[in-house]
Amino acid sequence: MNLYFWPPQASLHAEHVDWLIGTFGLLVALLAAPVFILSAIYLVRFRYGRKADRSQREAGNVWLETSWAVIPFLLVMGFYVWSTRIFLDQQSPPDNALTIDVIAKQWMWKFQHAGGQREINELHVPVGRAIRLTMTSQDVIHSLYLPALRIKQDVLPGRYTQEWFTATDTGTFPLRCAEYCGTDHSVMGGRLIVQTPADFARWQAQAGADRSLAQRGHELFDRLGCAGCHGGNAQGQDAAVRAPPLAGLYGKPVPLADGSIVRADDQYIHDAIMLPNKQVAAGYKPIMPPYGNVLDEEQVTQLEAYIRSLGAGGGT
Amino acid sequence: MMGEVGRLQPQFPTLARQREADHFGMLIFLTTEVLIFGGLFAALFVLRAEHGAEYVKSSKAMHLWLGGLNTAVLLTSSAVVALMVEAVKAGGARLAKWLLSGAIALGLMFLAIKFTEYGLEYRDGLVPHLSPRNLHGGPDTLFMDLYFAATGLHALHVTAGLALLASLIWPFGAAPRDSSAVLAGNAALYWHLVDVIWVFLYPTLYLAR
Amino acid sequence: MTEAKSQVNPRMSQEAIPDTAEERVSYLAEGHTLKSWLTTTDHKRIAILFLLSITFFFFCGGIAAALIRLDLLTPAPDLLSNDGYNRAFSLHGIIMVWFFLIPSIPTTFGNFLIPLMIGARDLAFPRLNLASWYIFVLGGLATLATVVLGGVDTGWTFYTPFSSTYSNGAVFMALTAVFISGFSSILTGINFIVTVHKLRCPGMTWGRLPLFVWAHFATAIIFVLATPVLTIALVLVALERVFGIGIFDPRLGGDPLLFQHLFWFYSHPAVYIMILPAMGVVSELITNAAHKQIFGYWFVAGSAIAIAVIGFMVWGHHMFVSGQSAYASAIFSFLSIVVAVPSAIKVYNWTATLHKGDIVIDGPLLYALGFIGLFTVGGLTGLMLAMLAIDVHVTDTYFVVAHFHFIMVGGSVSAFFGALHFWWPKVTGRLYNDVWARLSAILIFCGFVMTFAPQFLLGYEGMPRRYHVYPAVFQPLNVMSSVGASILAVAYLLPFTYLFWSLRYGKPAGPNPWGATGLEWTTPSPPPKHNFETVPIVDKQAYCYPVGGRGEQSRPRTQKADDDG
Repeated sequence: MNLYFWPPQASLHAEHVDWLIGTFGLLVALLAAPVFILSAIYLVRFRYGRKADRSQREAGNVWLETSWAVIPFLLVMGFYVWSTRIFLDQQSPPDNALTIDVIAKQWMWKFQHAGGQREINELHVPVGRAIRLTMTSQDVIHSLYLPALRIKQDVLPGRYTQEWFTATDTGTFPLRCAEYCGTDHSVMGGRLIVQTPADFARWQAQAGADRSLAQRGHELFDRLGCAGCHGGNAQGQDAAVRAPPLAGLYGKPVPLADGSIVRADDQYIHDAIMLPNKQVAAGYKPIMPPYGNVLDEEQVTQLEAYIRSLGAGGGT
Repeated sequence: MMGEVGRLQPQFPTLARQREADHFGMLIFLTTEVLIFGGLFAALFVLRAEHGAEYVKSSKAMHLWLGGLNTAVLLTSSAVVALMVEAVKAGGARLAKWLLSGAIALGLMFLAIKFTEYGLEYRDGLVPHLSPRNLHGGPDTLFMDLYFAATGLHALHVTAGLALLASLIWPFGAAPRDSSAVLAGNAALYWHLVDVIWVFLYPTLYLAR
Repeated sequence: MTEAKSQVNPRMSQEAIPDTAEERVSYLAEGHTLKSWLTTTDHKRIAILFLLSITFFFFCGGIAAALIRLDLLTPAPDLLSNDGYNRAFSLHGIIMVWFFLIPSIPTTFGNFLIPLMIGARDLAFPRLNLASWYIFVLGGLATLATVVLGGVDTGWTFYTPFSSTYSNGAVFMALTAVFISGFSSILTGINFIVTVHKLRCPGMTWGRLPLFVWAHFATAIIFVLATPVLTIALVLVALERVFGIGIFDPRLGGDPLLFQHLFWFYSHPAVYIMILPAMGVVSELITNAAHKQIFGYWFVAGSAIAIAVIGFMVWGHHMFVSGQSAYASAIFSFLSIVVAVPSAIKVYNWTATLHKGDIVIDGPLLYALGFIGLFTVGGLTGLMLAMLAIDVHVTDTYFVVAHFHFIMVGGSVSAFFGALHFWWPKVTGRLYNDVWARLSAILIFCGFVMTFAPQFLLGYEGMPRRYHVYPAVFQPLNVMSSVGASILAVAYLLPFTYLFWSLRYGKPAGPNPWGATGLEWTTPSPPPKHNFETVPIVDKQAYCYPVGGRGEQSRPRTQKADDDG
């Protein structure tokens, strides 16, 4: 059995985090060392019965107190700045990141690629490319942990959270749930498989994606009767009931009935499908039926992909 | 425990110190009560911050005048209780008893109005889970959840306060023997707190615009 | 602060104080019936009642820990089922946090010593003190009921929506148990604050208070301000579970993060409840062992208050990856570094106290040193966790488990044992064998390090917490941890043997076997029911040990130095 000591570093971020904890560890060891060393020395030198100079004992020293409070604090502050910068970087993925949707549920991870490929508990990604994971949960709070990349992010129900990375090494790495979620929490995991671009393309082709995410979404749109209100191509016309047009909606500002304006992002569309009367569009009645009990998060992701694909001109 | 109220306990050097300690202890206890409600207020403020327009809409649907009447009732009862403490200190046991009865009656009136309101809300379909006809499962439902939790918890405290006030009359009639108004003072403080909490709850829930 | 003679409570000096030593009755001897114990209002007896109760729960939590570590010897789920394991760690957490650690030092040594240390006859509200114990027992019974009903599997943190909607365990009973225990905490907090304000004897100014008292005063502030927020958080979860209201359920428009905010707003200050009394104990033990004034009295006292106050501002560091805003996280990270400063001040001050001391290395000192060593490691790993980029990787892993066990167990429990040994002669009137005490302290330290140090590495390597089944590659470190746990178990049982033995066969202790300062050491061991015959009058600073000259032995030979049996 090989002795597993340090987790692999599969990204630059992982290297940065390791450097951070390594150097910070050195700093705190240096700050703590005097305590251990001096205590040991004092225990010997000033032991009861041992002759030593115990005269002029100080009961306090304000300069000493201030310096051993302020100096370590300032040193640690340096690391605070470094650490916070790394952290904030990890909150903003580059615009050209490849987006993969993640749906967590008790007790498995489902991944949906834009091209329609679906995976359970395994995530294939190309090396060297920024990957953005848009995640939500079907039920309780989970957390997607990729130790080799030194990242994790809680996955919440009813909300989208994200994490992003650029893997720099090919290989297979662990993927684990890191927020206690019930009976099979400890077996809710799998593998992150980082491949060369060529291998990844090959995998995509053979992953059995007959339809893209957006195409699946279009099918759902028709099958569930969304067209009945929102129109055949989601244009909003030739519909029996007046409903907002969806073409070109994604990313645009939406005036709401209460006077506020929100942006039509993933969260807005998600809520509009699951809890439509939470935010009613201005000029429309709150009569859309909620699909929270009809659809699961995967299907919502597909519908979102479809709506995203609708430019000003129409559907796919 | 019953017997001479406010007798010097062995751990206190003087009666004055003991009274200070009693008073101080009661104030700290009331602080903990404020913090319990604080959690609910925090939830309400977060809701207001994140869903302002819906919050205002839900607040407008509240029975503003009934709530206002309740506020007046509670403030009056607090004034009565304050008078009662003075009466006890002055040795007017009969007056104190009447004032206590008055305060208790006002407190019961508060509860009656509150439950009437609950009944109206049920009829109007604004009760989550039990009668949610007019709720949409979003922030409006959450508002009503917090409304019932907060006013329900408050009503529990009103009931506890009423029991405290009643204990000054029955069964042992502590008020007459409470020459330094120790028990009466503590019960009054509790009642004032219940009042103050309502004074904050009312605008938070009913007057959001 | 002297009182005019005529205003002094005539009872205090009129109590029939016996003239001869034989007639002095200790608090233990005043009534031998069960009823006398169960209806007592004597703070010393109530402390014993609490001591027995929390020891019982320590064992219950320990059994759960044993199950956990036994099961984790192998990667496979061979001892317990997944559900069974989840219940084991949940009950371990709930019992250890609310029924052992939070009450531990305050309700035992705090109750026993605070009146003695300030020259009072009892706490301000003795009946409230007894009520606090009964409420604690009621909460404890509810916890046992939870176990009987099949246990709870939400973790001690009760995160929603798992706890409010999905869990199948006895969640409501568990919530009730913790809810009830909160009131016990609040009553103790009120009692301590009022006592320290109002019952200090003449001459006992704030600046002369023992640091033990300062620590408990700061702790009491947290008891009173933080616990109510837990109360409401638990009530809301219970309402959601029973009535299906949607405060934490996104399907109904609620927000699961709201629970986390409410929960951690209490639970972070709660960890300071668990550590501040221990720090107070360490201040007493170090000054006594070194027979020297504490270095930086006001800095140590003030740092306790600073920890209590700043501790309320850092709760978001438990939520860095929860979906909380990045900027909020950055602020919480900063404040979490700030809160570490007062703790560092304390550790440096204790070290400086040893300088030019006159140090006797006995059991209590070894426990105090164990505290300093383990708390320092725990605290510094806490600083690591405060760093955002590090935390993202190690949060929810064994790194965090190791961190808090270093502080809670390595720190608080070591200090608890130190207190137990140091004040044992005062509480029981008996001396114990110090050789065994030193052995215990060392064994606890070694067992502890072996159990929890490997877990730091496990966490960094990527082993999440609350994992029943784990990847085989983590087994060697898990085995090491479990072996350490078995040593630790033996080490914790050891003091029970020789301490109990001392109850019957130990040498009677005099009033002050350690030659310590502090008003508690001016009373007989054990003290009489009303503590002091006459009101003490204080005219010296705390820890006013006689100063020795060059090469002189600065302390008189004490009874303890003679006793080597």
